Amino acid sequence: METAPKPGRDVPPKKNRLQAKKKKPRRYWEEETTLTAAGASPGPPGNKKRNREPRPQRPKNANIAKKSRVSRKRQLPKKPRERRNLEPQRSVSGAQDPFPGPAPVPVEVARKFRRIDKSEKLPHSKSKTRSRLEVAEAEEEEISTKAARSELLLAEEPGFLEGEDGEDTAKIRQADIVEAVDIASAAKHFDLNLRQFGPYRLNYSPTGRHLAFGGRRGHVATLDWVTKRLMCEINVMEAVRDIRFLHSEALLAVAQNRWLHIYDNQGIELHCIRRCDRVTRLEFLPFHFLLATASETGFLTYLDVSVGKIVAALNARAGRLDVMTKNPYNAVIHLGHSNGTVSLWSPAMKEPLAKILCHRGGVRAVAVDSTGTYMATSGLDHQLKIFDLRGTFQPLCARTLPQGAGHLAFSQRGLLAAGMGDVVNIWAGQGKASPPSLEQPYLTHRLSGHVHGLHFCPFEDVLGVGHNGGVTSMLVPGAAEPNFDGLESNPYRSQKQRQEWEVKALLEKVPAELICLDPRALAEVDVISLEQEKKERVERLGYDPEAKAPFQPKPKQKGRSSTASLVKRKRKVMDEQHRDKVRQSLEQQPQKQEKAKPLRARPSALDRFVR
Amino acid sequence: MNVVQAAESLLALSQQEELEDLSKDDPLSPSEDEGDIDGERKHKKLLEAISSLDGKNRRKLAERSEASLKVSEFNVTSEGSGEKLVLSDLLGPVKTSSSLAAVKKQLNRVKSKKTVELPLNKEEVERIHREVAFNKTSQALSKWDPIVLKNRQAEQLVFPLKKEQSAFAPIEHVLSGWKARTPLEQEVFNLLHKNKQPVTDPLLTPVEKASLKAMSLEEAKMHRAELQRARALQSYYEARARREKKIKSKKYHKVLKKGRVRKALKEFEKLQKVNPTAALEELEKIEKARMMERMSLKHQNSGKWAKSKAIMAKYDLEARQAMQEQLARNKELTQKLQAASDSEEEEEGAEEEGELVPDAVNEIQMDANGPNPWMLRNHSRGTKEIKVQDPEQLPEPVAHEASENEEEDRPGAEEEILLNEFEERRSLRKKSGLSQEAELVSRQEPKDSSSQEVLSELRALSQKLSQENQQSGKQNVSSARTVLAVQREEPTEAEEEPLLLQRPERAHTVEELEELGKEGCFQNKEVPRPVGEGQQSERNPDNQPGAPKEKKRKEQMIDLQNLLTTKSPSVKSLAVPMTVEELEDEEERDQKQMIKEAFAGDDVIRDFLKEKREAVEASKPKDVDLTLPGWGEWGGMGLKPSAKKRRRFLIKTPEGPPRKDKNLPHVIINEKRNVHAAAHQVRVLPYPFTHHRQFERTIQTPIGSTWNTQRAFQKLTTPKVVTKPGHIIKPIKAEDVGYRSSSRSDLSVVQRNPKQLSIRHKKHLKKNSVD
Repeated sequence: METAPKPGRDVPPKKNRLQAKKKKPRRYWEEETTLTAAGASPGPPGNKKRNREPRPQRPKNANIAKKSRVSRKRQLPKKPRERRNLEPQRSVSGAQDPFPGPAPVPVEVARKFRRIDKSEKLPHSKSKTRSRLEVAEAEEEEISTKAARSELLLAEEPGFLEGEDGEDTAKIRQADIVEAVDIASAAKHFDLNLRQFGPYRLNYSPTGRHLAFGGRRGHVATLDWVTKRLMCEINVMEAVRDIRFLHSEALLAVAQNRWLHIYDNQGIELHCIRRCDRVTRLEFLPFHFLLATASETGFLTYLDVSVGKIVAALNARAGRLDVMTKNPYNAVIHLGHSNGTVSLWSPAMKEPLAKILCHRGGVRAVAVDSTGTYMATSGLDHQLKIFDLRGTFQPLCARTLPQGAGHLAFSQRGLLAAGMGDVVNIWAGQGKASPPSLEQPYLTHRLSGHVHGLHFCPFEDVLGVGHNGGVTSMLVPGAAEPNFDGLESNPYRSQKQRQEWEVKALLEKVPAELICLDPRALAEVDVISLEQEKKERVERLGYDPEAKAPFQPKPKQKGRSSTASLVKRKRKVMDEQHRDKVRQSLEQQPQKQEKAKPLRARPSALDRFVR
Repeated sequence: MNVVQAAESLLALSQQEELEDLSKDDPLSPSEDEGDIDGERKHKKLLEAISSLDGKNRRKLAERSEASLKVSEFNVTSEGSGEKLVLSDLLGPVKTSSSLAAVKKQLNRVKSKKTVELPLNKEEVERIHREVAFNKTSQALSKWDPIVLKNRQAEQLVFPLKKEQSAFAPIEHVLSGWKARTPLEQEVFNLLHKNKQPVTDPLLTPVEKASLKAMSLEEAKMHRAELQRARALQSYYEARARREKKIKSKKYHKVLKKGRVRKALKEFEKLQKVNPTAALEELEKIEKARMMERMSLKHQNSGKWAKSKAIMAKYDLEARQAMQEQLARNKELTQKLQAASDSEEEEEGAEEEGELVPDAVNEIQMDANGPNPWMLRNHSRGTKEIKVQDPEQLPEPVAHEASENEEEDRPGAEEEILLNEFEERRSLRKKSGLSQEAELVSRQEPKDSSSQEVLSELRALSQKLSQENQQSGKQNVSSARTVLAVQREEPTEAEEEPLLLQRPERAHTVEELEELGKEGCFQNKEVPRPVGEGQQSERNPDNQPGAPKEKKRKEQMIDLQNLLTTKSPSVKSLAVPMTVEELEDEEERDQKQMIKEAFAGDDVIRDFLKEKREAVEASKPKDVDLTLPGWGEWGGMGLKPSAKKRRRFLIKTPEGPPRKDKNLPHVIINEKRNVHAAAHQVRVLPYPFTHHRQFERTIQTPIGSTWNTQRAFQKLTTPKVVTKPGHIIKPIKAEDVGYRSSSRSDLSVVQRNPKQLSIRHKKHLKKNSVD
């Protein structure tokens, strides 16, 4: 049991502490950046200790060190556009900086912050344009080096679990882990025996500090699970289908038998949303302030919680919806259907963005990892599959389970948990950006009842499992992101800080219609309307103002520029252009032919008999 | 009108004359003298009338006539009254008298003074003023151009521009009020004093101070500007010299040379006057140079005369002889005096060649002998041949010489012979070239044949390979037939699956596939199906013979199925769910359920394919059918417009880009555009960009603080212009940007290049001067 209160709770830290962190967790629209080094290094070889404990997540001294460093940095007089500061400064006494210039940055680290793809060839540009491009590229490079340099501030390393040579980590039980780890971490493993109110669904708040769970028979409770302080406990006297925190721990959405209700952290009912009826699953999109609800009636409804308006109500036309997950990368909602398909939805479109046929039977559970790269599905055909979501939607690996997984969840660092009956299996991949390999489970745990809800706690190596017999919080070393963003989701924030954050987050709210499969597409020019406008302009003016002027041969020396020679030269250029065109068209043609060829089977003598 | 009147008067006059003549003729004139005078007068009148015709002196001079009784010949007549009185006429008689000298002078002065030109009209003057003023100001302003450009390109501008000089050495001042108090400090200071270090007041040593003072900023700037100007001038002259050197015009150079010569001559004359001995030396030098030039081979046949003779030589014998003579003279002159021990024949041969061979050949041979690698490379082939042929052919002319020594017209004949030789050589060369080519061809032929052999081998190999491939493919197909064919129930549907066809075949042995299946890897799409289904397919083998197309489609379908029903290793997990462990008969039930699900799965796939097909159809652009049934032909129930007509009136829409899910049978990707998101996209390219990809590259990096470090964010969001509150922002001055002072520099600019006026202005000036 961790007794010492965290600095965030009782002693509100200083303001500048908020500035401490430069690195944030991933966002929907952010490109894939693996902040922590890809190698979740499996520790020093020959380590005799049987199982390594999950690292204590936030040792206080580390935080303090960070704070002090940054505060020192911030005290520097900041002038706009100062370049001179970077030069080695010579003091009056003549002493010299032994390490002049900025600290070197490894190229590898900087590369992952690069966003401009230089391999892509650009059409020829004028000098003015080129200078602009160069400026943009230089800026990008500078920014990426700065980001790479600030990675130094991510002091924490992820935890891991390693068996003795040849030992299967899956054999390590929770009790062993708890025995091995420090007291503070051991306190994170607990069981709540709540047999009375049936199977539980549960949800952690975005900061990972609070836990809400709701039982089938109406039991709803929220607690600060680190200190085990109960915040509210009520019985809504109605079946609870799902439960979810909104943008902060102060608001709680509960999908009850009939309608959707919203409670605050005291357990006071704030809203009853009757337009969302018979809701089975809830998802919250924090950057858009959208609460997505899937209902028995087959509707996917988006509710904007900042203004209380329903943004979109989409008919999925696939019967009852009870499998839903969000893609944290692009805020697309994934729905699983009884016909074995998973459909991807955005509030801007009436039809699904994509439909993927995943299973022969119905889909039982879907989960998407935090980078938006992998989707895990399990179906009635007892299969567990992992799909690649980057364009191809191909299954990367599949596995038949003795009893299909009813619940799936991805952790922040890409561990996959599956609840099958009363067992929870967890698979781990090689690193953060790799899919979990389904060969060997990383951990298994048997519970006292059937699993009904799975959720990994953000920023803590903890998996919350709701089941028939209550709620279990189990330790999964290496599950969560070790470094949190103090500005974005600070587990230790005070009420005041939370309010500040709320205002800022609301100001930065992303419009709902921007949700699309590829969020980077928003940084592209709308070529279709560009062309359209150009066409209209040409029509209006009667000529193309941007068209290249036709070649006009320059008159040469006296006596050499006869009309015939001028015409000849003109003809030459025209022919050259024509040849280019023909060449291009020829290049395109073979592709077509190649495509056409396989249709015609190889002629054989027997073909004449085929009628 | 006047002209007409004059003409009429003339006509009248002539008639009158005629009449008078007639009258004269009839009665004999009383006195001839009178008649003569009268005739003269009339003649004059006539002349006047004619002269008045041209319209200039239209005013008729009134004839002054006095009524006098006697007309003596001494009397003053009014004839010539039209002439102007000229001042010199008046002055003529005055010459002798000296008293009138002052008057004469005055008059002379008056005469020498010209009349003042008419002033230009006001608009013209104003225009000229304007232009001059414009040029002046534009030149004065042009010095700001780089600054304006710099400011435009600057990332940030801070106003007011004048920065306060940051105090460099306030430490001294700070330290001056400070004294060592503690014993430690005192000790330290003592040490410093011992080492003669400047402690408090001047932190800098006197030497350093002096060096600092040595050059003030202002001076340095001035100095730099001067240097810059000098450099600019130098480069300007250099450029000019280079340009002039490049000029190819002969005339220009001739003129230039002449000018130079003239100048030299002038200088020489001057020198002659000043220093005759030096002039003599100079003269000698010039003479020597001339001699050297004449002595050299340079002028032997490049003079005008020689050239003309060379042209004529072909036809004219004399010219030929003259040329020969000249050349011989040249040889004589240029020949070194030496002992005549050398073999004469060789010399002769050399001479002949030197004499008679055209220049080009000369050059080549010289080059072949000499060390010019460039020419050698170019002509190597030709020279080689010449070398080869020389020993054979050189003796011949010698022999000819010997035989034809007596003949007078030897040189001409020889030349002819030589010409003949060259002809021969040329032909020979051609032949040899041909033969070489032939050789080359013959050499190539075996190569070709060998390459053909290789090719044929390759072909054979490839054929074999392809055969093998075919076989394997057939095997594949057959195996697919035996193992994989399932959905025979729905061939009609399968036929409507064009999109799923274009999949490359891949041959895999069953073992490989199984291995792959064990690995649980599904990147290759052909995975063995469960055995149960294979058995299923074996049950109805009579369906197997079908069109190959269908087979392929079947495979496709099967692929899709494989995608879903994969045999993967079962979990070896320690913790098997309780229910599974407990129930023994669970397995049986599971089997049943599996079968059930498998049947359900077929439905799932079919439904999905159907859905996809519908989606594809819906997204395809529709063809427009403009056929009017019954128009131009019979219409009615059961009658369709003819195929030709339908073809003619069907407007086919162009095929759009391929669908993203074209090669993904298990995915339907919505191709519709997200209009709401598109509203947030950029739809107009900003100025310097011409292609959208260029612009996209500049907006790739996010600006917000969420994605950037604090510093980077601040840098990315710095305002373009920063103004300090509470400061007056004055207009930019020349001193601010490093110019000396605005007025002076303006003047200097104007003075320095007064010629750099606009062309228009120049034209204007020219016009004025012409006027």
